[in-house]
Amino acid sequence: MTGNGFTATDGVNHAESMPGTIDTSSDARHQAAFLSLHDVRKTYPGVVALDGFSIEIRPGEVIGLVGENGAGKSTLMKILGGVAAPDRGLIRIDGVDHDRLTVENSLQSGIAFVHQELNLFENLDVAANIFLGREPLHGGPLKLVDRAKLREMVLPLLKRVGANFTADTPVSELSLAQQQMVEIAKALSIKARLVILDEPTSSLPLAETEKLLGVIKGLKAEGISVIFISHRLHEVESVADRVIVLRDGMLAGTLARDAIHHDQMVKLMIGRALKARTHTSEREAGAVALSARGIRTATYPHRTVDLDVLHGEILGLAGLVGSGRTEFARVVFGIDRSLGGELHLDGKPVLLSSSADAVATGIFLVPEDRKLAGILLDFAIAQNISLPNLSAHSANLLISAASEHTTAEAQRSNLGIKAPSVKTRVGTLSGGNQQKVVLAKWLAMKPKIMIFDEPTRGIDIGAKAEIYRLMQALADTGVAVLMISSDMEEVIGVSDRVAVMHEGRISGILAKEQLDQENVLLLAVGKSPR
Amino acid sequence: MNKKDIGLLILIVVVGAVVATINPRFLLPINLANTSNLIGLFGILSIGQAFVIITGGIELSVGSLIALLGVLFIDLIANHGMAWPLAFMLILVLGGLIGLAHGWLITRLKLQPFVVTLCGLLIYRGIARFYTADGTAGFAFGQNFPTLEFLTAGRTYGIPNSFIALLVIMGVTWVVLHRSVFGRYLYAIGKNEEAARYSGIRTGRMVMAAYVICGVLTALSAIYFAMYTRSISPASHGNFYELYAIAAAVLGGFSLRGGEGSIVGVILGTILLQELQNLVNLLGIPSSLNFAVMGGVILIGVLVDQQWDIFRAKRRLNKAAQSISSN
Repeated sequence: MTGNGFTATDGVNHAESMPGTIDTSSDARHQAAFLSLHDVRKTYPGVVALDGFSIEIRPGEVIGLVGENGAGKSTLMKILGGVAAPDRGLIRIDGVDHDRLTVENSLQSGIAFVHQELNLFENLDVAANIFLGREPLHGGPLKLVDRAKLREMVLPLLKRVGANFTADTPVSELSLAQQQMVEIAKALSIKARLVILDEPTSSLPLAETEKLLGVIKGLKAEGISVIFISHRLHEVESVADRVIVLRDGMLAGTLARDAIHHDQMVKLMIGRALKARTHTSEREAGAVALSARGIRTATYPHRTVDLDVLHGEILGLAGLVGSGRTEFARVVFGIDRSLGGELHLDGKPVLLSSSADAVATGIFLVPEDRKLAGILLDFAIAQNISLPNLSAHSANLLISAASEHTTAEAQRSNLGIKAPSVKTRVGTLSGGNQQKVVLAKWLAMKPKIMIFDEPTRGIDIGAKAEIYRLMQALADTGVAVLMISSDMEEVIGVSDRVAVMHEGRISGILAKEQLDQENVLLLAVGKSPR
Repeated sequence: MNKKDIGLLILIVVVGAVVATINPRFLLPINLANTSNLIGLFGILSIGQAFVIITGGIELSVGSLIALLGVLFIDLIANHGMAWPLAFMLILVLGGLIGLAHGWLITRLKLQPFVVTLCGLLIYRGIARFYTADGTAGFAFGQNFPTLEFLTAGRTYGIPNSFIALLVIMGVTWVVLHRSVFGRYLYAIGKNEEAARYSGIRTGRMVMAAYVICGVLTALSAIYFAMYTRSISPASHGNFYELYAIAAAVLGGFSLRGGEGSIVGVILGTILLQELQNLVNLLGIPSSLNFAVMGGVILIGVLVDQQWDIFRAKRRLNKAAQSISSN
């Protein structure tokens, strides 16, 4: 980052002025910190991951922890979890100083983690997951599990997290948010005093996110502290008592409750003000590019989707996770067959029996799961980019490496893919750069319809802005862009119009004037907009 | 040739040198010719297997197919008086059709390659034995097919024609796998079938094509084996040959998860395996230990390879750390 000239503005307390006096809103203000870090430094070969970092955590405090990828968040978590030892600094828990924590220290001190990737056993039920390895046993040589007692122990925990499922539900039947509740219940079962939630909402739909934020407030009311790590700043805004911003391993600033604003956080994260994302594009949407009529997917065989995407517009497709958005995109891209209905491209009917047909027609998809479906991690950048378009890079079915190379180089400079060379393996790139490779693949061809499925999930804020810029540029040249997104800021900030899906059908389409968070939410849960 | 291939080549030369010092007969033209004949026969079917393994699949029915197709071929030309070029083509087509059936079951009906081809292994062996009533298929006394015999079991300037056939197939398949669009698709599918599909590749057809290629090459080697042994007892002919092919591929740097390996690698693997067979014979090691020697060498080879990778990764990390701390 280049923003070294950043100076403090209203409400921003920098690392130099310690955050002891800031907390005015939390009801925990009278209590002393039970856990604190002082001047902690951690280096890895070649990288200073965390430097001069101090923090105090008081009971019942919700701390929002934000920062771009690589800002030092995971290192901080590792130190608190006893997985990594700091090179320097002190960790004080209940007045006892430690040079480093062991995993046992961390557990005994009541520090519990809910990781982004959940660690539950899908083949076991809720109760078994919560007390795995700590099951209450019957006496006797067989050490059988005391199921009645287990249930008795699990019930109050589930009640505390407000679970709407029973202890004997198999985890495989739970939604993602419910699984997170199980993880939190597990944290409570070890008498946690500090629960660290790492990107808990990154794959949660809107309604479930609300539920999770409710659980966090419940924890706070019980006097349990929470560190909430998230890229979704409005959620941090709504739940945190205090926000700590990390940048390049250093404390970039602390925001007290009253000073927690989206723009302030972004400013501190990137060290400069990000240009407002509201686009002032002059472009006019053109004729209908893609017209879907009566499309039915296997998930909702009795519902039909009717949707028009215009040339030169970004149509946001919002909705709860599981509302059938990805399934619709898969049909339009020819991955799945539609159970009925028809697709028209520029007024002409198209029949897609495979993704190859879609690609040949000019319908491209940037899939939701980048590593699973978007790229080949072991292939070079150039090979990834040429993959859908090899016929253009070959003569007599033999591939011309030179042609691949030229195209890849052009895309690399066009998209600003940061890599030593186009021969670099994509697996070694950062998430944002990987996503750019997925984009480059399609931009090197002639897109008519571009579908983006959660285009910026897990990508840091700088790369996000660039992806948005590319999407706008595509729309400016008349491409019809369909953007599936569960990120409310993104849906509202980037789209020209927004279609909202609810249980397998389009529940409404919002023009720019009607576009706000409330209307999207209302449609997403199947109600009418204001 | 990558570093792994060169390592394997060095191993082949070293083992050869050791065997030659202990028993100079290793270098006799007759021994070299015999060994290269076997390399030709096994090399052809190993290349077929390689195409399937690249896609992340496996073909276990190779040995049984070699028995069944061999029996059919001999029966057609020896007992039914079919012209051999016609029978030759017919067997190749049959091999291709069987490969197509496997590919169809795997890609369209989503059965696991292991299961499909394991059933094939049992079915074709059974049919071969039933077809000959468990007897031996062979040529009548004095029956001769000079051209066919020259092409399959003959020699040119002392070099077995089967080996020459392997070199030709090697050249063609090298281009197909390493330079053609189809080859690139196979690697992409092997590495990540989902991502390949999301790039607009017709993955099902490509995988089916790989099984067809494997079937055709297996059929070709079945004819070569039949002409080499000249008589086939279907209960034992070709037993374990699929494992020779898989072993050659693994030795040659293939990953059974798919997406990795090269034509040069699988051929070097085949050469090393045949060299080991030869070593067992020449050094007077009891032939009952044959498989044990092979298994041991493959295990050591894979272990060394893996440790070497770990070592290199560590060295790279240290270097990076040094270059940064010296800045």
